[in-house]
Amino acid sequence: MNWIRVHLMMQLDSFALDAAFSAPPVGVTALFGPSGSGKTTLLRCIAGLERAQGWLRVHGEPWQDEKTFMPVHMRPLGYVFQEASLFPHLSVRANLEYGLKRIPLSERKVPLEQVVEWLGLSRLIDRKNPALLSGGERQRVAIGRALLTSPRILLMDEPLSALDSNSKQEILPYLERLHRELNIPMLYVSHAMDEVTRLADHLVLLDKGKVLASGALGETLARLDLPTAHFDDAGAVIEAAVAQQDEKYHLTRLDFAGGFLWAGKVDQPFGTRVRARVLARDVSIATQAPQGSSINNILNARIEEILDEGPDKVIVRMKVGDSQTLLSRITRRSRDHLCLVAGMYVCAQVKSVALMA
Amino acid sequence: METGLNPEDIQAVWLTLKLASVTTVLLLLIATPLAWWLSHSRKWYKGLVSAVVALPLVLPPTVLGFYLLLVMGPQGLVGELTSALNLGRLPFSFAGLVIGSVVFSLPFAVQPIQNAFEAMGPRPLEVAATLRANAWDRFVSVALPLARPGFLTATILAFAHTVGEFGVVLMLGGNIPGETRVLSVAIYSHVEAMEYGAAHLLAGGMVLFSFLVLLGLYFAGGKLGGVSK
Repeated sequence: MNWIRVHLMMQLDSFALDAAFSAPPVGVTALFGPSGSGKTTLLRCIAGLERAQGWLRVHGEPWQDEKTFMPVHMRPLGYVFQEASLFPHLSVRANLEYGLKRIPLSERKVPLEQVVEWLGLSRLIDRKNPALLSGGERQRVAIGRALLTSPRILLMDEPLSALDSNSKQEILPYLERLHRELNIPMLYVSHAMDEVTRLADHLVLLDKGKVLASGALGETLARLDLPTAHFDDAGAVIEAAVAQQDEKYHLTRLDFAGGFLWAGKVDQPFGTRVRARVLARDVSIATQAPQGSSINNILNARIEEILDEGPDKVIVRMKVGDSQTLLSRITRRSRDHLCLVAGMYVCAQVKSVALMA
Repeated sequence: METGLNPEDIQAVWLTLKLASVTTVLLLLIATPLAWWLSHSRKWYKGLVSAVVALPLVLPPTVLGFYLLLVMGPQGLVGELTSALNLGRLPFSFAGLVIGSVVFSLPFAVQPIQNAFEAMGPRPLEVAATLRANAWDRFVSVALPLARPGFLTATILAFAHTVGEFGVVLMLGGNIPGETRVLSVAIYSHVEAMEYGAAHLLAGGMVLFSFLVLLGLYFAGGKLGGVSK
């Protein structure tokens, strides 16, 4: 499988974009960074909407190098802008079919009915005026319109940021569904940690036009040398499967490599893959298995690294089992009282587990 | 004093409508690419071109007509070209009037279209490009339909402005019935000959026509603000 390989440079007003990274040819790669870090510009350069220096290969095909610059309309991509940007002079159906009509029949791999089903568009498709749709509905049509060109890569520029939180919650399940059912890699620009942890598999961290880190989501979020570990909502991402239902107490056991967690009831059949998030601030540490604790989830862990975070706090990276990382934010005093050092075996008490899907 | 339109006046009305129609069609053909270029170019001489296009807005029509007469006359650049190509003389001909009218009304066609192209911004065209539309396809399937109000305004303004023009016609075409005697000149002649009844009929018709044009413009939702006169 050919990875998406990027090295693009461009002089911007306040800094130079100089971004090199590779993204896997499957799943969602998040381009994550603060506002003004150049992520949208980078995505526009990848689409060919801006002309950067450098090179870009997608699925082994050169889209840009010293000699070539493939024009936007020749690149087999789908692009979803921050604002839905539906064509106001076309009906919803004509908007959806705009790109579909422009690709040869032999390349049409995504049928209209499928997209209508995936994105719940059946009640919208016969509407005449796209301006009368709600923000969330418009964005769903825009995503469908992009998908119907049967793109080999889907580029999304903060597709949820212009929406209110209700519309966001309305769209996220659709995006997750695309993530599961669609065999198209996605580059997803976002500055919202909750979207990234929900959707992404791979993370490219950007700051001032440079790539700080690029790697699998869980591993990268667990790196204490990156700013993401020091956000208030820093935490670990756990890929787990539904293993057991406790009907009496309305809980679900989620198994992951290295242990299990009890979470609020997940109405999914046995074996369903779910993604859970455990925030660093919700994990406390005990040197011995606590007696008579109200906390349901106590995991055996090994401390790998402890880093000071300001005058009163430290962040602790632990490993549960062979591969699962957990972060914990505790006070410096606790660290000293418990004499915590790297290599120690401890009990990680998880106060709350957030299910992403 | 005679009332009612004489055959010469009717001829003038038809000639005026013909001149306005031909001019409007030519103007749309010229103004569309020009407006596109003006709304998208970042060349340093864009300001220069804009100024030249807008010049007829501020120049007295007699000045414009005077120079057009010189350029198209036997000693003028264009005049020498047309006589070398055996196309005959331009001044005092219908073709000369068309050229004069096109120059005179150019800003009225260019500015509304340019404003419409600028108002839509780059986004719709970018979206179309990501949906596999090439440059020409984007222009036809997105830019033109979105600029429709601008085209409507341009058409109506160019037509109406040509119908009402006087100074340029007088300088360039004089008063030859059936060839260059348009409505505004006919009214002038009637007034000079003290035929106020005939002048009233034509002038009143012009007032009514102009009013209907403006009414149509406002109902069509086009903006007159597109022209800065």
